[in-house]
Amino acid sequence: MAEKNDILEKQISSDYKYGFTSDIDMDTAPMGLSEDIVRFISKKKNEPEWMLEFRLKAYRHWLKMEEPHEWAHLEYPKINYQNIIFYAAPKQKKELASLDEVDPELLKTFEKLGISLEEQKRLSGVQSTIAVDAVIDSVSVKTTFKEVLAEKGIIFCSFSEAVQEHPELIKKYMGSVVPYSDNYFAALNSAVFTDGSFCYIPKGVRCPMELSTYFRINTAGTGQFERTLIVADEGAYVSYLEGCTAPRRDENQLHAAVVEIVAHKNGEVKYSTVQNWYPGDKNGKGGIYNFVTKRGICREENSKISWTQVETGSAITWKYPSVILKGDNSVGEFYSVAVTNNHQQADTGTKMLHIGKNTRSTIVSKGISAGCSNNAYRGLVRVAKGAKNARNFSQCDSLLMGDKCGAHTFPYIEIKDKTAVVEHEATTSKIGEDQLFYCQQRGIDKEKAIGLIVNGYCREVFNQLPMEFAVEAQKLLAVSLEGSVG
Amino acid sequence: MLSIKNLRAGIPGNEILKGINLEVKAGEVHAIMGPNGSGKSTLSSVLAGKENYQVTEGEIWFSPPSPRGEGSGMRRKNLLEMSPEERAREGVFLAFQYPVEIPGVSNINFLKTAINEIRLHRKQPPMETKDFLKLIKEKQALVELQGTLANRSVNEGFSGGEKKRNEIFQMAVLEPTLCILDETDSGLDIDALRIVANGVNKLRSKDRAFVVITHYQRLLDHIIPDFVHVLSNGKIIKSGGKELALELEAKGYDWIKEKDQT
Ligand SMILES: Nc1ncnc2c1ncn2[C@@H]1O[C@H](COP(=O)(O)OP(=O)(O)O)[C@@H](O)[C@H]1O
Ligand SMILES: [Mg+2]
Repeated sequence: MAEKNDILEKQISSDYKYGFTSDIDMDTAPMGLSEDIVRFISKKKNEPEWMLEFRLKAYRHWLKMEEPHEWAHLEYPKINYQNIIFYAAPKQKKELASLDEVDPELLKTFEKLGISLEEQKRLSGVQSTIAVDAVIDSVSVKTTFKEVLAEKGIIFCSFSEAVQEHPELIKKYMGSVVPYSDNYFAALNSAVFTDGSFCYIPKGVRCPMELSTYFRINTAGTGQFERTLIVADEGAYVSYLEGCTAPRRDENQLHAAVVEIVAHKNGEVKYSTVQNWYPGDKNGKGGIYNFVTKRGICREENSKISWTQVETGSAITWKYPSVILKGDNSVGEFYSVAVTNNHQQADTGTKMLHIGKNTRSTIVSKGISAGCSNNAYRGLVRVAKGAKNARNFSQCDSLLMGDKCGAHTFPYIEIKDKTAVVEHEATTSKIGEDQLFYCQQRGIDKEKAIGLIVNGYCREVFNQLPMEFAVEAQKLLAVSLEGSVG
Repeated sequence: MLSIKNLRAGIPGNEILKGINLEVKAGEVHAIMGPNGSGKSTLSSVLAGKENYQVTEGEIWFSPPSPRGEGSGMRRKNLLEMSPEERAREGVFLAFQYPVEIPGVSNINFLKTAINEIRLHRKQPPMETKDFLKLIKEKQALVELQGTLANRSVNEGFSGGEKKRNEIFQMAVLEPTLCILDETDSGLDIDALRIVANGVNKLRSKDRAFVVITHYQRLLDHIIPDFVHVLSNGKIIKSGGKELALELEAKGYDWIKEKDQT
């Protein structure tokens, strides 16, 4: 018993290691939201008229919508949008010729987070090179390897830059997967989004390195509204990674992102997220509200979109990375590990919308709940009329640690075509005393044993992650669950 | 090496072990036989430190041979004060009657974690991967375990026989000093039984002791014990040499139980 208390003690004092704040000179908008603020953001970004129009349309639509509180398995107070700063950017000169011009405090921030903005090839040779777009609060501060990528015709830059440099692509794709009217938070994002990443992989090109965006919330009282757009043209392939952290603060901060993915004929996009926003303290004070709309479309035949997510952070997570399987023979995948501890709440899952013929989707969801947390899987598999021979396999597992937490599974299945085959499996388990004792008997202490067992439980999902990320995810999992057995 | 004195243990409201005394010296093999429900698995669990069982009386002392030939008395340990993992790291190994499945964790990864925890305890650096793989290969051969099993999840989807062989394989890799085998023979066909017994015999040494728990005498045809004890209703009611096992086989447990009562 004494030992159990020790472990609990450790958990309570265990630190969110990304909780520091950086003292960076920031340029911020006045607090609150109005049409003027939308114009302010657009002006700050020196945007063309069509972009402002898009924002205003979204804003006006948003005003007519209601914040969703009823349907998801979540509880949160009404958000006061007049108390949020919608734009915060590190002060810097417009164009950076080299890293030397970046605020050293900012570089230090990313260094502390383990993100390299230097374009050196890693020495080990085993690890692949990763191009990084670093976003702090409202703006992208640096995108690495741009030139190398440009040689292959790949565009990888901040969203703001893309609006200036590649307006035809943005006009063509932005809002094509997630219309501004899609839902409350997507409408809000469309009105006030500040930055994010844009990638375009041209016909027949296999992107030679992992592309990644690293999001960091720094300024107090801000919301982060980033927008990411990824397009794989015919026969193109890209693997994209997203990572996020935020400082520890007592008040809740809102993060409402939109991610859109388009895969053309024979194109493939693999999107991996390790989400580690500040989850709040052990009493549920503070933490990020992570309300995100992520959706991809397999526009033409043989295209493929694969979402892999490891969700360990945020006070509340509300997100359903989805795939519209429009092209014949297209494939959608969703692999998810969602961990909640203390007072965290997560309502996450996916939507697989089968429209084309012979489309296939796979859903593997692993929920882990500890402490007083609540973890819900919510997934929709819809097979439209005429979507011949659609196949779906779903597996939703829940792991409970302790008896104060909850796990819920809400699978929705709508089938309009008789040729569809949809399989759903669900399990709920606990880490067995027997498993722990077996590990201990081999010399492995409880804490390590839990790590081992939980990682084993998540293996199918971790296998989908690029090597380096998988290692990171395993460590993160161990930290998130430290001492949560009792 | 192992000294159990008047051990009483059980679960709240139910005493299962009712005063066990047992002395095991390095190099010896002790067989513990007894009918179902007599407390054999409870004894092995208490030795390994399973938390569900409460020890209400008695002592358990463990004195592993000292590595640098210091007198063994100097390393006398009170097992009851140690956590299960500390006991394991000190060299107590239990081959489970019902080995546990751990989905998604490969046997190899599991063993590597275990071996490095034990090494850490001995203040040794983690084992080099290539040495580890060599060790695995060598020990696999010892219990004729197929290479693929090492890469599969711990005990998941293993047949009953494979699980038991896997226990002996782990024992061979971890090289403990006190090996407790809880009905490792049950559920094994005659070939598997011979393989398991062979593995155990190869591990016998002057520095290592075995407590072999079994319901049947047939295992003891292959692993010849130095002593045989009969456990009945939580007590050792008779001890003897290897011939006692044969006698039990011929006459059944009732013979002793009755005699014990008169
Ligand atoms: N955890 C437990 N809870 C309840 N009863 C137990 C527990 N462990 C053992 N027992 C009881 O104690 C007795 C001895 O069990 P066990 O040690 O498994 O016997 P054996 O291994 O000799 O067959 C049995 O009657 C069994 O039901
Ligand atoms: Mg038993």
